[in-house]
Amino acid sequence: MDFWMLMTVFVLAAFVGYFVVWGVTPALHSPLMSVSNAISGIVIVGALITAGVAETGGAKIWGLAAVVLAAINIFGGFAVSQRMLLMFKKKAVKEKK
Amino acid sequence: MTNSFLAFAYLLSSILFIFSIRGLASPETARRGNLLGMLGMAIAILATLFSPLVSEYVWVAGAILLGGILGTIPALKVKMTSLPQMVAAFNGLGGLSSVFIAIAEILAGSQTYLETSLGLLIGALAFSGSVIAFAKLQGLISARAMVFPLQQTLNLLLGLAVVGLCAWFVISGDRNIFYALAVLSILLGFLLILPIGGADMPVVISVLNSYSGLAAVGIGFSLNNVLLITVGSLVGASGAILSYIMTKAMNRSLANVMLGGFGAKTVAASNLAGEDKQAHAGSPADAAFIMENANKVIIVPGYGMAVAQAQHVLKEMADDLHNKFGVEVKYAVHPVAGRMPGHMNVLLAEANVPYEEVFELEDINREFATADVAYVIGANDVTNPMAKTNPDSPIYGMPILDVEKAKTVFFVKRSLATGYSGVENPLFYADNTIMLYGDAKKVTEEIVNVLENK
Repeated sequence: MDFWMLMTVFVLAAFVGYFVVWGVTPALHSPLMSVSNAISGIVIVGALITAGVAETGGAKIWGLAAVVLAAINIFGGFAVSQRMLLMFKKKAVKEKK
Repeated sequence: MTNSFLAFAYLLSSILFIFSIRGLASPETARRGNLLGMLGMAIAILATLFSPLVSEYVWVAGAILLGGILGTIPALKVKMTSLPQMVAAFNGLGGLSSVFIAIAEILAGSQTYLETSLGLLIGALAFSGSVIAFAKLQGLISARAMVFPLQQTLNLLLGLAVVGLCAWFVISGDRNIFYALAVLSILLGFLLILPIGGADMPVVISVLNSYSGLAAVGIGFSLNNVLLITVGSLVGASGAILSYIMTKAMNRSLANVMLGGFGAKTVAASNLAGEDKQAHAGSPADAAFIMENANKVIIVPGYGMAVAQAQHVLKEMADDLHNKFGVEVKYAVHPVAGRMPGHMNVLLAEANVPYEEVFELEDINREFATADVAYVIGANDVTNPMAKTNPDSPIYGMPILDVEKAKTVFFVKRSLATGYSGVENPLFYADNTIMLYGDAKKVTEEIVNVLENK
């Protein structure tokens, strides 16, 4: 794809990111970090493309190592986020006031 | 699977990630948001695997499985106080993953030299910077700012060398230059984070988080992959905004934090030292008596509370005050109260404190004037009125919690020592302040004992 097409996507996505992230409540900034940890594991797509070649060689080995690292990010990031988010509870509703 | 189907899957995945972050706008939608993120990731991975881009599955599946196990186990075991280290480690691994991809691409004969070098450079900085951040947070090396003569000159020269190598590689395409670039970038990442002190780690982690996203963007450019660019820039934006929020909460610039050296030496300049002031010490029984007769108590937890693991007993104290004596209890959290953005909120949530009782600085600051008691536990600099009154103070201009406006202020602290900023806190000597000397957990436990026996 043309460089400027990619650049357009990048800049527009950064704007979306800017507005969405400002909407996150400060109380959930830690989960935001761990979720974005997990999401940055999206490099796994690049890793899969380099590791998914049929011929075995240097490129494939580095690619496979990259898949392992990105997968650690993805699974670890989502798991720890879920653990954290499960802790955020509402006040137990009291019967009498 | 055709190319347009792959593009559609990537689009769907990008949208799911946006909704995933959107979900974090409120604790009620956050869990759903996280699940949407998982779904987006699953779609991205499966679509890539079944596209013509991937033609070998055994090793690839094994690698995913291995990474999945290695990631899930620590994520389920980690203590919430150690959360910042874990996030630092994940940032680092994400960066390293980009480094490996860049190397694999060059080995496979990629011609996109500039994009690949950028992916490599940012990924390497994220990796080695995170290693140092992890080591500092985990206590493997001193959390103090490590400064030595000509440090900034050295870093500047190294930075220029990295840029030079980058340009050289783009022009020549020589692989050896590329490897040299990798080594030098990793070295630069180490040196950049070393001079930054432990309490500035919330900013550092946020910046490194941003890098790990930007590295993905770089790889996306080199692989012509729109998904990597979109999602990488979301993460980049998230880290950048968090670092902005953190630096603003300390009234410092990003440059000031990242150049480091803050807190390396204790600031002696304090006009308090000369005055003959006495701090009033109290006992847990006094504290219990005053608090049970209060209408409103605001608890101000700081990192010292987390270090002492006092959050659970703190919650017991709040429950006793509320259930036995009808006291209204709220928590006030400063943005830099923990070791990462939002850390204190997680620690309180872990102790089962309902999130409706936890308030951010700007939402609760006015309420101190109507509070009978401010119970400051393990916090210091974020309550220091010098930030408002003394323009010479290093923390001048930092937004602080106005605890001094409460009728009585309790400070649970081991001593009258200064906080991270090295600035003395005049509040310790104020007439309405009572110092409760001791370990945060022990002191609070004693208060709970007194309250329970009434």
